[in-house]
Amino acid sequence: MSAYNFAYLDEQTKRMIRRAILKGLAIPGYQVPFASREMPMPYGWGTGGVQVSAATLTPEDTLKVIDQGADDTTNAVSIRKFFEKTAGVETTEETEKATVIQTRHRIPEAKLREDQIIVYQVPIPEPLRFLEPRETETRKMHSLEEYGLMHVKLYEDISQHGAISTAYAYPVKVCGRYVMDPSPIPKFDNPKLEMDAIQLFGAGREQRIYAVPPHTRVVSLDFEDYPFEATKADHPCDLCGAEDSYLDEVIMDDAGNRMFVCSDTDYCRSRREAGHMGRLAEENAA
Amino acid sequence: MTPLLQVKGIEKLYGARIGCADVTFDLYPGEVMGIVGESGSGKSTLLNCLAGHLVPDAGQVIFDTRANGPVDTVTMSEPERRMLSRTDWAFVHQHVRDGLRMSVSAGGNIGERLMAVGDRRYGDIRDKAIDWLGRVEIEAARVDDRPTAFSGGMQQRLQIARNLVTGPRLVFMDEPTGGLDVSVQARLLDLLRGLVREMGLSAIIVTHDLAVVRLLADRLMVMKDGHVVEAGLTDQVLDDPQHAYTQLLVSSVLQV
Ligand SMILES: Nc1ncnc2c1ncn2[C@@H]1O[C@H](COP(=O)(O)OP(=O)(O)OP(=O)(O)O)[C@@H](O)[C@H]1O
Ligand SMILES: [Mg+2]
Repeated sequence: MSAYNFAYLDEQTKRMIRRAILKGLAIPGYQVPFASREMPMPYGWGTGGVQVSAATLTPEDTLKVIDQGADDTTNAVSIRKFFEKTAGVETTEETEKATVIQTRHRIPEAKLREDQIIVYQVPIPEPLRFLEPRETETRKMHSLEEYGLMHVKLYEDISQHGAISTAYAYPVKVCGRYVMDPSPIPKFDNPKLEMDAIQLFGAGREQRIYAVPPHTRVVSLDFEDYPFEATKADHPCDLCGAEDSYLDEVIMDDAGNRMFVCSDTDYCRSRREAGHMGRLAEENAA
Repeated sequence: MTPLLQVKGIEKLYGARIGCADVTFDLYPGEVMGIVGESGSGKSTLLNCLAGHLVPDAGQVIFDTRANGPVDTVTMSEPERRMLSRTDWAFVHQHVRDGLRMSVSAGGNIGERLMAVGDRRYGDIRDKAIDWLGRVEIEAARVDDRPTAFSGGMQQRLQIARNLVTGPRLVFMDEPTGGLDVSVQARLLDLLRGLVREMGLSAIIVTHDLAVVRLLADRLMVMKDGHVVEAGLTDQVLDDPQHAYTQLLVSSVLQV
């Protein structure tokens, strides 16, 4: 551990990243460029989020890392180990106990608090990229608040699929000003983007940081006659019985039997510990 | 009557080369101005200066805005100018790829300007898109097809629909019939003429083709080497050209 500076990055770099974070918080939803560093992991592994976490962590923090809602995937485990090794911070799987949560693809089900920070790993920060590949033009569109194109994308969705089929990375408008990609969280999580905690977003390869301060208005884009819906599979969790959590569909055997389980593994575990049971709870009880 | 557009002393240089120079004219509401001249005479340069795509080195382009009356669009703020260009102005490009989104359906292409100015009812946007397809003689059934599946003439008509859907007051067109077959050109010209009359549009049309101005333009400017060498009512200029260059042009010696 002594071979590294606290949390791997040198102090100079962390200061540079903190400046970008502060700027991001001051201009909610605005993409702040930063000089992304090489990290000892490939880009697809959330180097943007890792750098933001590294600049955010203090020795007193307790870190939780989730990937698709789970604490035990390879990606989550390796990032958690990385910070255990380089920062020596405590880690946890419990959302409640964490002060900093790094996440890919989910927002925890438990309501986050004002004393918590959630850091999102972002692959593509630019919500306008799909229809306008020129960076100079998208920057101009943001600066002039020309967001008609976002609705063209939703229009295309409806005309092709009969409904807005965008299910992940569903675009939002932050604080009535900037349109933002909330990273590939399911749209079920979009309403949670208005939260008490600080939200930081890091894109390593694209070298962008953006942020949403606590209690900031975040509106999912839609049409009046096709309003936004935070959809999920229409099932309770087969393990904990929760009806309000985002579910993963799991194939159980070769016969094609399926079950629905909370994607947020900590939420599911804590409910089961509190005595809640789903349809398949007993046979799966360890 | 206040002119819709007052162009005063427009000049654009490319280094030492003159793009266009000393161009002055007024355009009144409902008027169609044709700009003709040989290749390289500065027609596109002038049009792009007027439409805000190029910044002229000198001169004023004063547009009679709905809100504040005549304003110089060269010196107005960029957000204001961009707002004009998706509401009161329209620009029909010679190359449809510059004027259409090729990866977006016909309906999405037409709807873009509506959504850009705040239309938020899908059903209305779609209805207007289908209505406009009809007005440019494209079947409603094609509303979800991409322009890549359209013929050249259909693509150009789609570009026109996409531009006119917000009811602009001034349309800039650069060679709207260029690159199309003669029979397709004729149909497009008829269509344009109908729309210009019906909507009372004001337009500035750049073309090589004297038949186009004969059919569409009330007035005509003839350009050579970046300068306007002759201007007047279309029929007068074409039937009784005064300038030697216009006489050559009309006698079709210079027609390209
Ligand atoms: N981007 C540029 N850089 C330098 N010179 C340019 C540029 N664009 C145009 N020019 C020059 O300016 C002059 C006017 O060109 P312009 O394109 O306006 O002519 P045009 O009348 O539209 O011709 P065409 O009928 O071929 O479209 C020409 O001499 C041309 O070479
Ligand atoms: Mg030209």
